[in-house]
Amino acid sequence: MSLNNLKRLLACAAGVLATLPGLALAAGGEKNALNMPVGVTDVGRSIFDLHMIILWICVAIGALVFGVMFYSIIYHRKSRGVKPAQFHESTKVEIAWTVVPFLILITMAVPATSTLLDIYDFDDAEMDVLVTGYQWKWKYEYLAEEGENVAFFSNLSTPQSEIYNTDDKNDNYLLEVDEPLVIPVDTKVRFLVTANDVIHSWWVPELAVKKDAIPGFINETWTRANEIGTYRGQCAELCGKDHGFMPIVVEVVSKEDYAAWLGEKQEQAAKVKELMAQTFTLDELMERGKAVYARNCLACHGARGEGGVGTAIAGSAIATGDIGGHLNIGINGVPGTAMQAFGGQLNDVDLAAVITYQRNAFGNNMGDLVQPIDVFNYKQG
Amino acid sequence: MGDHHHGPAKGLSRWLFTTNHKDIGTMYLWFSFAMFLLGGTFAMIIRAELFQPGMQLVEPAFFNQMTTLHGLVMVFGAIMPSFVGLANWLIPMMIGAPDMALPRLNNWSFWILPPAFLLLASTLFMEGGAPAAGWTFYAPLSTTYAAPSVTIFIFCIHILGLSSIMGSINIIATVMNMRAPGMSYMKMPLFVWTWLITAFLLVAVMPVLAGAVTMMLMDVHFGTSFFSAAGGGDPVLFQHIFWFFGHPEVYIIILPAFGVVSQIIPAFSRKPLFGYDSMVYATAAIAFLSFIVWAHHMYTVGMPVAGELFFMYATMLIAVPTGVKVFNWVTTMFRGSLSFEAPMLFAVAFIILFTIGGFSGLMLAIAPADFQYHDTYFVVAHFHYVLVPGAIFGIFASAYFWLPKWTGHMYDETLAKTHFWLSFIGMNLAFFPMHFLGLAGMPRRIPDYALQFADFNMVSSIGAFMFGVSQLLFLFIVVKCVRGGEKATAKPWDGAEGLEWTVPSPAPYHTFSTPPEVK
Ligand code: HEC
Ligand SMILES: [Cu+2]
Repeated sequence: MSLNNLKRLLACAAGVLATLPGLALAAGGEKNALNMPVGVTDVGRSIFDLHMIILWICVAIGALVFGVMFYSIIYHRKSRGVKPAQFHESTKVEIAWTVVPFLILITMAVPATSTLLDIYDFDDAEMDVLVTGYQWKWKYEYLAEEGENVAFFSNLSTPQSEIYNTDDKNDNYLLEVDEPLVIPVDTKVRFLVTANDVIHSWWVPELAVKKDAIPGFINETWTRANEIGTYRGQCAELCGKDHGFMPIVVEVVSKEDYAAWLGEKQEQAAKVKELMAQTFTLDELMERGKAVYARNCLACHGARGEGGVGTAIAGSAIATGDIGGHLNIGINGVPGTAMQAFGGQLNDVDLAAVITYQRNAFGNNMGDLVQPIDVFNYKQG
Repeated sequence: MGDHHHGPAKGLSRWLFTTNHKDIGTMYLWFSFAMFLLGGTFAMIIRAELFQPGMQLVEPAFFNQMTTLHGLVMVFGAIMPSFVGLANWLIPMMIGAPDMALPRLNNWSFWILPPAFLLLASTLFMEGGAPAAGWTFYAPLSTTYAAPSVTIFIFCIHILGLSSIMGSINIIATVMNMRAPGMSYMKMPLFVWTWLITAFLLVAVMPVLAGAVTMMLMDVHFGTSFFSAAGGGDPVLFQHIFWFFGHPEVYIIILPAFGVVSQIIPAFSRKPLFGYDSMVYATAAIAFLSFIVWAHHMYTVGMPVAGELFFMYATMLIAVPTGVKVFNWVTTMFRGSLSFEAPMLFAVAFIILFTIGGFSGLMLAIAPADFQYHDTYFVVAHFHYVLVPGAIFGIFASAYFWLPKWTGHMYDETLAKTHFWLSFIGMNLAFFPMHFLGLAGMPRRIPDYALQFADFNMVSSIGAFMFGVSQLLFLFIVVKCVRGGEKATAKPWDGAEGLEWTVPSPAPYHTFSTPPEVK
């Protein structure tokens, strides 16, 4: 252990001692926080209050029980020459210590029940977002009543170099994404939570939301943030290798900013739709494909198509073979391997572009190209 | 003890073919200790990777294999077999029986364990690695998305289940049929009582686990869809079945420890247990309640609100009989004449730390609050507080308490106290900061974490290393005690009670061939 670590350790031990009395004051996201964040929702506040009530009741009971125990440990020692009393069995005492805890439990159950009923009140949601867990990223879909549906993936954006300790870690290490979820402040947002592969769990402590994302089923939950800000969370249910690397970032913005953001997103979505109907030249597809490849495929297939986790694309029999086979792998993936089905993740334009790119980059020079309509037709079967 | 009795056979065949409850008990205890070291090694790897943020030692996939194997080996390999070992050694002596009721079955239930764990450990070297879906192995991560080793894993679970069921049937048969004349149920030592109830729990829930893994096997290899929505099944069904086994399982692990503590506290307080009857009823109540609270592990799966309320209320109720137990122990100590030899130190630490684990359990029972606690380090802190100073300190306490009877020698008290204090400090350093980590938002089962969690993780790792290394001292103490030491009298503890203290130390190979008279 380096001297630096030792210093941090001592500072931390001192910190614990200094902050213990202020247990209730610590907030989330802070370094060495000791307690649950209060959060920015009414539900979060009542969960926090509930948590503190139970904590203090437990502390009080503990003080009593351990008090009696330590009294005995100190004063009723054989080494002090104490003669043991021989009393035992007392129905009255037994009844008392059954009934009193029972009553205490009832005083806990009452606020717990009312908070739970609040959490389960899904009525009057002002907007819906479909949240889908994938190995190992989240997809958000805004289910709008009018205009284009807006949908995008949210991936961890912390570079590998920070994770593998070649670069310094930034403040939001492992809690940052390429594209956060954006929701308006003071609005009841309902989340429909599901998963594409295994079970995940969507958790943002400061929004007091945690709901399992279960493949094939849709769970409901909701939040209503009272404060503008950026709130971070993580997948809470073990979902495989990169379970620790699929964070959640939620930007809560003013209603105006939200409307502007959504409008822009819908415009982009409409543009993609238009593009789907178009025919592209090889150069156009190559340019777009290069960008899509860098974002979605490079991590496994390598910057020069040399492979890595994935097989090599340069000279690959599939990328230099029949277009149908190449489309099949791009759209449906290879079940049971790291090669996922990108058919549901990329739009038809991007898929067409990246497959064209793979067929013509890295010395593959097939000269053929795939149009969005080909992808569309292939998906239709 | 007549001369016509056979002593132990010589060499390896003594251990392979033995039907003697003491030999089998010894083998269980050594085996569980070996598994404790193995599971502990996995824990050390986990804590070493978590010592600092960033990935340093292992890859995420291997990290998941470590958390999974750590849990499986500790629960099924270390804790459960060690209590079966204690039961083998002690139950016949405590009830005045010559041996277990079904000695050949007894041999089998032990000897199928080592191959099962050898198989499980061998999955580490399989392609795709060992099981990595956590000791709770939720589908479909453990089925459709699992490495090929899942099949071996299922086979191991079946063997372990078989072993546990055979062991339990044996204990039930022994306790019901072989008590010495006059040893009525309400005169049995509490360790025997808690084990009897535990054995019933085991017989009830191990087949449920076997059912769960069999359905997994069908899903993986025979095209069924019990746990896949695409084929009309439901992944959440797996969790219901698993926890219907899993919740009673946590009481299976802790009830025998309640039993030993209920005998050790009076012995070193030199005062009778305050309420024997209520301890028996409280144990039975906990066992009953353990069957109707399973879904408190699943508050976030999207149950209807009525379900949440039912499981919340039922879970909170468990605090009542558990409280009765704690109050009884403390009242037993009150105005006793206490001394603090190693068994008592571990027993007192058991009460304090188990109670802390009970408090966090009560907090976790509160469904709305659990939405924040669930699947965080708060849960990890909670169950390590009930399992380490609970089950494992219970086992240490038993070992020190009965070692003189088993070996005929006193253990080294100074070393044993050192072992206690190192374990006590190490364990609290390792697990107390996890409460803070969980509340501040660190999910469990992650190989790397955000920077604000760094300091507490480092403290926790240091504590874990300290706890881990201290267990080698325990090994040394036991070996030293087996090999020699001050001769132990038949009853080395002046406050101890029970039939096992009426036979010489070390206990002869055969005891109570003629049943004692219990008044
Ligand atoms: C997480 C890692 C990963 C990512 C990201 C990934 N792939 Fe793959 N890919 C694989 C693996 C692994 C295989 C080999 C599958 C097998 O065993 O057949 C593969 C195989 C392929 C093949 C077949 C190559 C051959 O000759 O066997 C193609 C084509 C392909 N991927 C296309 C893509 C495209 C297009 C993208 C991006 C949109 C992409 N992959 C992203 C892992 C990945
Ligand atoms: Cu996940």
